[in-house]
Amino acid sequence: MTDNVAKSNGTTPAAVPASGLAAKGSAVVKWADDRLGLATSQKKMIRKVFPDHWTFMLGEIALWSFVVLLVTGVFLTLWFVPSMGEVQYQGSYDQLRGVEMSQAYASALDISFDVRGGLLLRQMHHWAAMIFIAAMLVHMMRVFVTGAFRKPREVNWLIGGVLILLGVVEGFAGYSLPDDLLSGTGLRIADGLIKSTPVVGTWMSFFMFDGEFPGEAIIPRLYVAHVLLVPGLILALVAAHMLLVVYHKHTQWAGPGRTEENVVGYPMMPVYAAKAGGFFFIVFGVTALMGGLLSINPIWKYGPYDPSKVTAGSQPDWYMGIAEGLLRIMPHWETHIFGTTWSWNVFLPGEVAPMILLGVMMMWPFLEAWVTGDKAEHHILDRPRNAPTRTAFLAAMMSVYGLLWAAGGNDLLATQFSLNMEWITRFMRVAVFVVPVLVFFIAKRWCIALQRHDSEKILHGYETGIIMRSPEGAYSERHLPISGEEAYRLTARARDNVVAAPVNGEVEAKGARAAKLRAKLSTWMFADNVQKPTAQELEEAHHHAEHEHELEAGLAHAADGHQFDGHHDVAGEELRH
Amino acid sequence: MRLLNRSAGRLSRHRRGPVAGLLVILLGLLMAGGLFAAFSSSATAENSADGLTQSQKIEAGRKLFLLSCATCHGQNGEGVVAENGESNLGPSLVGVGAAAVHFQVETGRMPMAATGKQAPRKPAAFTEQETEYLAAYVASLAPGPAAPTKTDYDLDAVKGLSADEQRDAIVRGGKLFLTNCTACHNFEGSGGAMPWGRYAPPLKGVAKQHIYEAMLTGPQQMPVFSNNVLTPEDKRDIIAYIYSVNDKKQTPAYGGFGMKGLGPVAEGLMAWLVGIGGLVLFAYWIAAHTARTHKKEDA
Repeated sequence: MTDNVAKSNGTTPAAVPASGLAAKGSAVVKWADDRLGLATSQKKMIRKVFPDHWTFMLGEIALWSFVVLLVTGVFLTLWFVPSMGEVQYQGSYDQLRGVEMSQAYASALDISFDVRGGLLLRQMHHWAAMIFIAAMLVHMMRVFVTGAFRKPREVNWLIGGVLILLGVVEGFAGYSLPDDLLSGTGLRIADGLIKSTPVVGTWMSFFMFDGEFPGEAIIPRLYVAHVLLVPGLILALVAAHMLLVVYHKHTQWAGPGRTEENVVGYPMMPVYAAKAGGFFFIVFGVTALMGGLLSINPIWKYGPYDPSKVTAGSQPDWYMGIAEGLLRIMPHWETHIFGTTWSWNVFLPGEVAPMILLGVMMMWPFLEAWVTGDKAEHHILDRPRNAPTRTAFLAAMMSVYGLLWAAGGNDLLATQFSLNMEWITRFMRVAVFVVPVLVFFIAKRWCIALQRHDSEKILHGYETGIIMRSPEGAYSERHLPISGEEAYRLTARARDNVVAAPVNGEVEAKGARAAKLRAKLSTWMFADNVQKPTAQELEEAHHHAEHEHELEAGLAHAADGHQFDGHHDVAGEELRH
Repeated sequence: MRLLNRSAGRLSRHRRGPVAGLLVILLGLLMAGGLFAAFSSSATAENSADGLTQSQKIEAGRKLFLLSCATCHGQNGEGVVAENGESNLGPSLVGVGAAAVHFQVETGRMPMAATGKQAPRKPAAFTEQETEYLAAYVASLAPGPAAPTKTDYDLDAVKGLSADEQRDAIVRGGKLFLTNCTACHNFEGSGGAMPWGRYAPPLKGVAKQHIYEAMLTGPQQMPVFSNNVLTPEDKRDIIAYIYSVNDKKQTPAYGGFGMKGLGPVAEGLMAWLVGIGGLVLFAYWIAAHTARTHKKEDA
């Protein structure tokens, strides 16, 4: 297989027959190439091979929705006025005609009602933002659950984590810009979070708002962050992220001909470029459809921001939902020392907990590498079931995330499902600790059961669903051996190595405690896993199967329709598909 | 003046005459009767439908009350105090007025089907006429807010407003709505949660009269917005704003499907289900259609 790939990667580009239009085209290309020298530099890039799998396109959703954000965002900057100067609205939305409001809000209303296509572009921008962060998370989950963060990709994993954080900050800044009642309420919460920081909180808040909340500075400042600072950082990190993908080469699933040394797939030009380019238009299309058909952030209904007002159903965009949920379920803990207030009820859920959640996810690759002591490079992905602890950990984290988001919408759960808001809150206080543990164990046992099933398939073949009756009258299900390709796919993984605890001497060796912890973690992570069968086990199983076949053989005729009764050659049978 | 003085003087000459006292009494009676007729004219006008006098209506209302309401509100509407001596089985209805009866009974909240945190909206149990009798009875217990008339609660029914004045009234109503109502009822009246299973109900599809009466009487969790706090014009404008925002004829759904107007949580759900969900399906579709490595024989 590797030979095939190598052959197709020629060193010279295919010759173009020089005739008519093509000749003209090639002349232009040659003119450009003589001056820019792109062909030589891009030759390698054009032949770059990417493996094909739908999960490898999730990060692309994030990339393309970011492009949609840039395009629509540029459009919006042409009309948005980032100022808190007071104006009287005189646009075409009747219900607010003559109302005093900030220029930011008035211009956001103008974009919605008086700029041609403005509302569509504004809604596309917002939907793309929601999808951007969701896609980053989905992509991160895929990378996590397949172990694609392992050496040499740890740095790219960290870059991805920073990108998610920046995406959330960028989204929040954008949410705050229109200066409607909802965005102002969001800023008020942000102000509260900042002020809850011990010692420096109030100072930081006054620094950020240039005085008491809300002041006049925050909208222009957020605007600069939203259109210049954060997008610049995101763009730079996206570039670094993708350069590292090119440098490391893309990971691939195990399969015949695929090793840690090669990449099997299609070249960038024309196959992958067409697929990825086409996917951009799909992402753009879905965003445009959502922007055109689904209302998002109807700012004209919220009215201008006024610190004395609030509306029921005030919620952040979904990606801030976990912070909102944490705030809502946190008990009221405050300490008063020497006339100062320490707001643990805001500081812990608002600042500490989200950072811990993100931090744990970011640190996992290093924790795992330390426990396994694995220093090898990994380009072949793990199937999620083959890393049960890792997969179960992600499932548990997902359940925390989901629960916290639900807790952030406790008022809506209460009204939509006729529930009691206080009981939802109390339930969540317990559930965020209990449910993830349950989810962890269920997911882990599920993975191990799937591993066991894989082993069964390797050793005894797959279940055909054909029930055989022996001459004695006993019933059994016929198993057939799996294909060589499948067997390769199932067995292409290393055996887990459980690190043993150090033997206790009289004097505790240096670092013994860490070693003990490492052994414990290793047992926790890998001891229960089902390892792939050894060659000896496989041989025994096959021998056993042959023996069974001999026992089952003997009938002179095939039962009606039962061509799998062990008397016939089944090599050409179709049932295995 | 001279003419007036002369005629007054002529009249004055008869003031001690034998018929004077009789005439004065007659005049007094006429005035009293006329005034009574004038003040109770609306009652008599409505009477024409069922031919009942006000007192007959009150009596009819009392009978309905004893049958359907007295268990909780007491036989004379004085309320029933629960055994613990603190909470009410049903509050006193003395002085709640006809407006409260109209709101509670016509929206089906009263009579309650079961005790609970809050009486939910449901189909009305009484006919319009029966409600009228009940209202008459409860209003007879003590003075209270009367049912509003159409010009009180309906901006469209107010005559002589120019289009601009009407729009300005709606804008004013919007400001008042965002100040007084959205904290519980949500920014477009989709309703909101209150502590311990209580809730501020959605305002969409609620009759203008009922919104007015709710503000006037403060049912259940709602505070009373008396006419001193929100003038009748304020109330009318708020109602006009709620209707203008939710009426598809006046205000189209500018952004598209609004997901019940529940705010960012519903939007987030949509981003995941439609946005990411759809795009992942597309990714699956693209990856499933892999490139042909060989040209078809006949191509």
